[in-house]
Amino acid sequence: MYGSIAAIGAGLAVLGAGIGIGQIGGKAVEGIARNPEASGKITTAMLIAAALIEGVALFGVVIGLLGGAK
Amino acid sequence: MSVKMSSINLRRFLLLTCVFFFFNNAFSSSSSKEKEFNVGEMIMHHVKDAHEWHLWGPEHGGTSIYLPVILYDNGLKMFSSDNFYHGEESTTIDHKTHQSVNFYKGVGPAKGYALYHEKIYKLDNNNNLKIEEGHVHGNTKPFDVSITKNVVSLFIGALLLFLIMFSVARFYKKNGAVAPKGIAKFMEPLILFVRDDIAKENIKHNKHHKFLPYLTTVFFFIWINNLLGLIPIFPGGANLTGNITVTLFLALCTLFLTLIYSNKNYWTHIFATPGVPLVLLPIMIPIEIVGIFTKPFALMIRLFANITAGHIIILALISIIFINKSAYWGALSVPMALFISILELLVAALQAYLFAMLSALFIGAAVEEAHH
Amino acid sequence: MDLVLPDFGLLFWTGLVFCSLLFLLAKFAWKPILGAVNAREQKIADSLELAEKTKQEMQTLKAENDALLKQARIERDKMLNEARIQADKFVEEAKAKAKEEAQKIVNSAKESIENEKAAAMSELKTHVGAISLEIAEKLLQSELSSDGKQKALIEKFVDNISMN
Repeated sequence: MYGSIAAIGAGLAVLGAGIGIGQIGGKAVEGIARNPEASGKITTAMLIAAALIEGVALFGVVIGLLGGAK
Repeated sequence: MSVKMSSINLRRFLLLTCVFFFFNNAFSSSSSKEKEFNVGEMIMHHVKDAHEWHLWGPEHGGTSIYLPVILYDNGLKMFSSDNFYHGEESTTIDHKTHQSVNFYKGVGPAKGYALYHEKIYKLDNNNNLKIEEGHVHGNTKPFDVSITKNVVSLFIGALLLFLIMFSVARFYKKNGAVAPKGIAKFMEPLILFVRDDIAKENIKHNKHHKFLPYLTTVFFFIWINNLLGLIPIFPGGANLTGNITVTLFLALCTLFLTLIYSNKNYWTHIFATPGVPLVLLPIMIPIEIVGIFTKPFALMIRLFANITAGHIIILALISIIFINKSAYWGALSVPMALFISILELLVAALQAYLFAMLSALFIGAAVEEAHH
Repeated sequence: MDLVLPDFGLLFWTGLVFCSLLFLLAKFAWKPILGAVNAREQKIADSLELAEKTKQEMQTLKAENDALLKQARIERDKMLNEARIQADKFVEEAKAKAKEEAQKIVNSAKESIENEKAAAMSELKTHVGAISLEIAEKLLQSELSSDGKQKALIEKFVDNISMN
């Protein structure tokens, strides 16, 4: 029972992160399309932002793992 | 060039697929005969550390490398983990859930110790373990510095990395400052990538030279161990960079580097953030102080969770075959596992890059001079 | 749960291995590799700089050559000019001298002509005097042959004398 609730939590966390990273990716591609010379800098900034968001999602996953391991 | 690369990749994929098939057979022969196949247990068993390195065959009685156990408990004790795995298989009752729990009692030099979920405990006076809700209560743990599966993997990864980099260095020593060839040609762009795009980019005022050895070491260390973790057979397969202890250590290194080399400007930004009204400082200061620790904490969690999640996904996909007890499910699970494996190759490099880059970013913030 | 709990033994080994790896790589790998790469980059940068410098030097050399050539040309022109002026001067001088000489000759010729003329004149005068004397003598002889004629003449002379 704990495991399934934890799985729902992890799923919710991943949902949020998915939306966030999707936004970042989309905007980054838009930015690169508008200004192709800045693609390197945009990619770096995108990766940093994605990593930070992903970190939050992974906290959720870890909490899910903690719950699942009980 | 690209044609050559793709053919190499193709060969690698085929090899990986073969390896997966081989593993499928090994698993199916072992699990279907004995008890019910427990996916969660199998996956947890894989992603956790162990005192043996399981090669093939059934989990009990298959072929394993038994690694040395080193304990400090009234003097240094060293013996093979064989003394647990081929010791006394015992059962005790969980005090809370009242279910029977299996563990190993050591024999020979390991007498008086028990191995439960790959952790070593001292047996109590009744020669037993006291377990509540799956956790050991009451039994003390000896000081355990065993050479576990992850430690062996650590040795292999470090040795491999050293040999590669040493041979690169030897090339330059022999040939002087010339255009690189062979392995140096392969590694040099990567090293320069770390130098230019990670260190120089994030650590300003030309201060990156001091931190370059750490950043390159951390980048290649994480990368090579990520890749080793993706190899399903012996020299690889350990979940080293997906182990919280390893990522904890690396994150601590970054934390200490930022703290040791932090300058006045860094602390000014924490205790008197420019542009923040005095009234808000009591709120800002705790936030900033917590921020010092959450950054490396996020580094630790990110690497751990990414790599562990990758291992779990691949294993879960492979497990589809065993849950359904039919090799035909391999037609679904193997391509999916293959796809995730390829994705993990990317993640392996990406996480190494992110760890090194964020470390450089934090160090860069700590050593940055005030600019107005 | 113990998936997210650090393990002391592994922490110990990780620390040991990572720190020694860091030390060994820093000493035996990163230092020579980055040293060689830096040296190579320095070499390339130096070569580029040298090439740039050489180019610059070539340019200055060329500019210098051009300047030298230009100066030489100017000097040559100047020399030619001077020579021309000198020649002109010589010619002018020669012309002037010649003119002067000619003038002198002409002058002396004029002078001698004048002298000759004067001499001729005085001679002519003497001749004319002598002739007029002779004529006067002959005239007087013929005129003063009678007294009336003598008287008339005297009268005429006296009339001509104005008493002023």
